Formats: sequence, structure tokens, C-alpha cells
Amino acid sequence: MNATYMTGSYSVFDITGPIMVGPSSSHTAGAARLGKIARILAHNSVKKVTFQLFGSFAQTYKGHGTDKALLAGILGLNPWDLGLRDAFSLAEKQNVEYIFEPVTKPTQQGWENYHPNTVRFLITSENGEVFDIVGCSLGGGKVRIISLNGILVNFTGESPILVTRHYDGPGIIAAITSILYQDKVNIGNMRVDRKRHSTTADMYLELDSDVTERVVEEIQKIPGMLNVILLQRINEDQSLNNIE
Amino acid sequence: MAEFWMSEIIKECARQRISLAEYIIRGECENSGSTREQVIEKMGKMLDVMSSAANGGLEAPIRSNSGLTGGAAYQYHQYIGQGSSLLGTVMSSAVEMALSCSEVNAAMGRIVACPTAGSCGIVPAAVLSVGVSHQKSREDMVMALFVATGVGMVIGEHATLAGADGGCQAECGAAASMAAAAVVNLMGGSDEQALHGAAIALKNMLGLVCDPVCGLVEIPCIKRNAIGASTALVSADMALAGVQSYIPFDEVVTAMYAIGKQLPAELRETGRGGLAVTKTGLAMYETLFGTPMSL
Ligand code: SF4
Repeated sequence: MNATYMTGSYSVFDITGPIMVGPSSSHTAGAARLGKIARILAHNSVKKVTFQLFGSFAQTYKGHGTDKALLAGILGLNPWDLGLRDAFSLAEKQNVEYIFEPVTKPTQQGWENYHPNTVRFLITSENGEVFDIVGCSLGGGKVRIISLNGILVNFTGESPILVTRHYDGPGIIAAITSILYQDKVNIGNMRVDRKRHSTTADMYLELDSDVTERVVEEIQKIPGMLNVILLQRINEDQSLNNIE
Repeated sequence: MAEFWMSEIIKECARQRISLAEYIIRGECENSGSTREQVIEKMGKMLDVMSSAANGGLEAPIRSNSGLTGGAAYQYHQYIGQGSSLLGTVMSSAVEMALSCSEVNAAMGRIVACPTAGSCGIVPAAVLSVGVSHQKSREDMVMALFVATGVGMVIGEHATLAGADGGCQAECGAAASMAAAAVVNLMGGSDEQALHGAAIALKNMLGLVCDPVCGLVEIPCIKRNAIGASTALVSADMALAGVQSYIPFDEVVTAMYAIGKQLPAELRETGRGGLAVTKTGLAMYETLFGTPMSL
């Protein structure tokens, strides 16, 4: 593609934007966005959550409202929702239990080494399912999910990802890719991960274009499929329009 | 293709016979796939949020989330109301609006990061104080914001916009530079004049360190926003008079980055140098976190 206008690496609304609740784009807005993505990854159902905080998050989370922002995100609020301030009482109303755990000692997985602003969500959903999600706040409100249930991922919200857990067996991966192929969805990045002593495998797919819920349903029907999570591209412009 | 420097962009604007604001808008359309209307409307949304933040702290005192600061915007607003201000209408309203935005930010209110949350008061204060007092249209103010954004994009590209990388010159300095360019544009100055304003403002902020007390975006950030806005207005005023920066904008950006690299980590947002480790700064830390800072 031949661009007519130079733009450099920042978009207009990276510089003037985002619209957010203060005080810090990395410690507040990014934290809220991470919480929101973690909630979506946990199928929008959170009964209990432990926030393990690393690096600068562990040090300054109170003053920057990182705790309120993470919790607000988990409750489904956006980084610009004024409700961020009242996240604690909101959680109480919705009966969501939460614990903040600043981690200052090195961990076995070394989460503290990924980025100075890192958080690990340990979520129990309404029906008892457990999710383990790790994300970093990169600055300027931008975020990246780096691990989902032990699988290393790279999700920033800019392109969709599909994560599946299935019984390990021949043909399953081919079945998934052929369903995507039928919808002309190209795969940008793919990783399969099988834990030792486990009969299940996790697959992580980064997609070049959006997929429909129908694709997810098709994949769900593949014999041996346990769980399918589709993370849609996050388009916040739509909900921004509702700000008065 | 040429590099994303202002000198190159201005050449392209001349070749295509369009303004800097128009160039930035078209670049965004091409990049994001949005229409011109959508891009302009989204910037209008930014202006709306800026305007509520610029007024949110004036009518009643607000406290920060940490409890460390608050009430300055209200206090200053009262003082202007009594007719006591030494400054003219434009400058004094810029000061109160910058204080308001920054206090709203510290109180977990809604702001527009521009270019960062810590420096969120400077561009709104400069654009709105001039825009309101000179009865500029909403469209004019939105266009001025695109000029400011273009300046910020070049600073981000060739230097940095993060206090953690370049000190406060990268946040409040970049914001003052953006704001100066916006004001020149808003008052009908040329794009060349806008860049002189941007260069003059950034030159004045060179070397400014990032040393927030308790690591929080409050002390000295809130007052730096007020004075950053005044730097922008003074710089824009000179540029509008035809005064030029001897050092071109792009070269000032290069200097800013080099200076940022030379700053020790203590003075880059770690809260471990400068004002943060003064006797009072350390005492605030101990009160807030319950333990003395381990240095
Ligand atoms: S002192 Fe640091 S935290 Fe405060 S506004 Fe400046 S760069 Fe941001």
C-alpha cells in the first residue's frame, strides 16, 4: 500500500486521547482496560477475584487508584466511566469478592520480569470455573494480555484471538483451521500447548480479520472440544459515543 | 518516503497546498480507515471532555484520590472573581483551567490525556482560554487541536512523551509545545508561525525533571500544568508577533530527547529524586504509605 500522508508510529488519538478517568494512563486507565478484558476472558462472569500486583503496580496502586480501576474493569466498566471511583461499593452491591495481593518476592513464573506494570487475575466464575490471566499496562492506556490459563498469548485488543481447549487427538486442529478457512479468515499467529501428563491441549490463534459467533459455535461442535473463547477486536469508539 | 519530521511535513503541505491540520486529518483517515467526518467528530468529543475537565474544579474545591492535594483551582477562581489577578483575562483563565483539569485528573475524574494524563491541563487551558475569550468557533478549536496533535506526534516519534523516559520536559514540555502551536493556529497564524511557537515553548521546558512526590501525579504536576499553559501562551504570543525561534522545532525535539537520555533514573518518574526526596516529600510518603521510603 502506498500511503500519501506520513504519520509516524502514533495515531492522532494516541496523542490527544484517550478519554479516561485519572490520574494515570498506565496505572488507572490501563488497569481498568486490563480488568475489562480479564472479565471478557472469564465469560463475563466473576464471583471472586484475586489481583496479584507486580512491580510498580505493587508499589503505588493505592495512590493511583489502580485497585479501584482493576476492580471496576472486572465489573465491566470502561476506563472513562466515572463509576471507577466507587468500584468498591459497586463490587459489594454485585456480590463480587476481591483481594489485592501486592507481590514483592520473585515468583516461579517470573511475572515480575515482564513489565513494570503487571497484574495477575485469578478469577472464579459464577459456576466455579477458574481463570488465570496475566496482563501488562504498557503506557498511554495501552495494554497486553500475556498469559491466559497458563498459555502465553499476545492480545492487545487490536486483532481478534481465538483460544481453545480440547482433548488431544488427531484431526482437531485441522477441523478448526478448516472452519476458519470456510469463512476466509486468515491466521496470523498460532500456538499449540500441551501440558505434560495432561490429556488436553490449548490452542491460541491470532486472526487477521473478525469472525462471527457462528464460527465459534461450529468449533464448539467439533468432537473433543472442551472450551472455545473468542476475543473480539476491542472497538471502544462505539461506547465512547455514550459519554455526555 | 521522507521521514516524519515537521520540516518534511511542512514541505509536503506546501506541495499539496493543504494546511498542517488538514495533513494530520488526512493521515489519520488513511491510517484508521475512518472518514474525515468521523475523525473530526472524535476530536470534537475530545474538546467536550477537555472543556468539562477545565471547569470541573472551579465552583467547589475537589480533593485528590490520595488526599494529598486539591482546592487550588477553586481558590484561584475565587481570586480572579475578586478582580485581584495580576494577569489578564486570557492568562488567568488559562491558569485556572489548567489547575482544574489536573485536579480533576488527580481526583479520578474524566480527562483527555494530552499527550499524557499528568500533562492533561495544558492544551485544554491554552485552547479554551483563547478560544472562549476571542469567541472562536468550535470548528476552529477542533482544528487547533489537530495542529497540537501533529506537534505531539512528531515529538513522540523522534523523542518521547513519557516522563519515565525523558522527564517532565517530555510530558509538560511536549504539552506546552503542542499548546503553543494550537494557539497560534487558533489566532490565525501560519503553520510556520505555529512551529516557531512550538519550538519556543519546548525550549523553555528543556531539562525539566520528573520528580513526583510519592510517585503520584500531583506534586509538582498540578502547578506545572498551570505554568506550562502560561509558557504556551507567551510562546504563541511571540510567534504571532513574528518572533522566530533560531533553533528550528525539529532540532529542539532532538535536543529534548538527548537531554532526557542524560537524566538519571532518579529524575524520571521513579519518585526517588528532586522534590520527591525533600524533607516534606519524604514525610508525605511516610504518612501516605505508612512506612518510610527505602532509598
Ligand atoms: S512531574 Fe512527572 S508525573 Fe508529574 S506531570 Fe511531570 S512528567 Fe508527569
